[in-house]
Amino acid sequence: MISTIVVVGGGQAGAQAVDTLRREGFAGRLLLICDEPALPYQRPPLSKKYLSGELTAERLPFRHRAFYDEHRIELKLGSKAVALDPGARRVELDSGEALTYDRLLLCLGATARRLTCPGADLAGMHYLRTVADVTLIQAAIKPGSRVVIIGGGYIGLETAATCRHMGCEVTVLELADRVMNRVVAPCVSEFFAQEHRARGIHILCNTRVTRIEGAGRVERVLCADGSEVAADALIVGVGAVPATALASGAGLACDNGILVDEYCRTHDEAIFAAGDCTNHPSVRFGRRVRIESVDNAFEQAKTAALNMLDRKIAHDRVPWFWSDQFDSKLLIAGLSQDYDRQVLRGEPASRSFSVCYLKGDELIAVEAINHSKDYMAARKLIAERARLNPAKLADPNIALREAVTEPVSRNTPTGS
Amino acid sequence: MPRITFIEPGGSRRVIDAPIGLSLMEAAVQNGVQGIIALCGGACACGTCHVYVAADWFPRLDRREEMEEGMLECAWEPRDNSRLSCQIHITADLDGLEVTVPQRQGAI
Repeated sequence: MISTIVVVGGGQAGAQAVDTLRREGFAGRLLLICDEPALPYQRPPLSKKYLSGELTAERLPFRHRAFYDEHRIELKLGSKAVALDPGARRVELDSGEALTYDRLLLCLGATARRLTCPGADLAGMHYLRTVADVTLIQAAIKPGSRVVIIGGGYIGLETAATCRHMGCEVTVLELADRVMNRVVAPCVSEFFAQEHRARGIHILCNTRVTRIEGAGRVERVLCADGSEVAADALIVGVGAVPATALASGAGLACDNGILVDEYCRTHDEAIFAAGDCTNHPSVRFGRRVRIESVDNAFEQAKTAALNMLDRKIAHDRVPWFWSDQFDSKLLIAGLSQDYDRQVLRGEPASRSFSVCYLKGDELIAVEAINHSKDYMAARKLIAERARLNPAKLADPNIALREAVTEPVSRNTPTGS
Repeated sequence: MPRITFIEPGGSRRVIDAPIGLSLMEAAVQNGVQGIIALCGGACACGTCHVYVAADWFPRLDRREEMEEGMLECAWEPRDNSRLSCQIHITADLDGLEVTVPQRQGAI
């Protein structure tokens, strides 16, 4: 008999899990533990319209408080789970309160990877993960401020675009030879780097930060090549690390995330996990993956909720991602690792194009730049494991669907 | 506030007061309208806030932009009167608007 479910973490996954549990008829005691003081809220706008002030704080929460009251979801805001005892099925909060559970869901998310070079502890260093982080950044910058951003990934570039829009002088320092190098093709990196440069952002690649200096607060960044960049504010976006301390401290197996099976269950049968903090097996990709995305957090949390209620549903979706930078939208479907070939559709100069990744003839990923049609078509085709004709695929005037030779999942012989 | 009617996937009619300045999607989500998922929060990136706009209302809304058109083309059962509700901004003129939420959402 499941009478109490505790969900730890008030991000996308935690907020979705309590919603699904109630919609699916769980009538017992349901608690949501959130370490931040605010109602569970959306993170994607933080680096974009929330930072710029175009989106106000009351538009960030997923739900009003009335939703939680109406569904008898006990919210514990500003409350951190500090210890977990799987044997006693008990989780302890920083207030000293201990909660016992029949099922526990860990939606612990990820935290911003910290910079470790000398000077990384100076005042004026910022990370961007929470509303509180954004409040600090907003207080630190004004039109004309010299903002230096370390890291040219999604967060770094989105933040660069927003700060520029707000009138700051912006420099992006990237360690690799191109921006977003882990997630997109070189021509896509080049397109976005140009978009930024055209608006006056300095992007310096192959640049390793060795030291931050200043009298009590950040004043300049020193790089390995001897160059120096003056900074009024420094924002670091060098990736995220899964928040696993609570789980590993309780003896749950972790390896780049909390290890869960396809049913979102950890090695403890009463404990499930979902979202950025998990590492899950993917049949589709033939390996374990840890995915940082809104969509994965949402879908995995929904699946975890159903499995906590003893439905048997596997989580194995085609992941998707997006990024808004100035007036361009990057839409990504699938994961582009282990591909055999890249096919460009359309011309980057047209500002609307896509890059398709094939493994053999199977479409496994698409990066669509200002091209929602290819992106949405790709999400379907990747899920169907469709095979595509590369020559047709290279012609942007032929719709993606029309480049299909046969869907793998439906290729059983028909007739004789 | 303008009153807007959503016909949910199960067939029930939900009438909500929609604050001017929000998107139709935000008003739906805040009021817990069934079937509006809106994963991307209004970035026109997920295709999960799809609605069918009542025939007499459709021509009174702003036209769909290219990004929205592309999202809808491969959405679940698109129709001529399909819209992404995140792209509809609530104004006083929308008082009485009626939309139907499809049975499914996303690239299915």
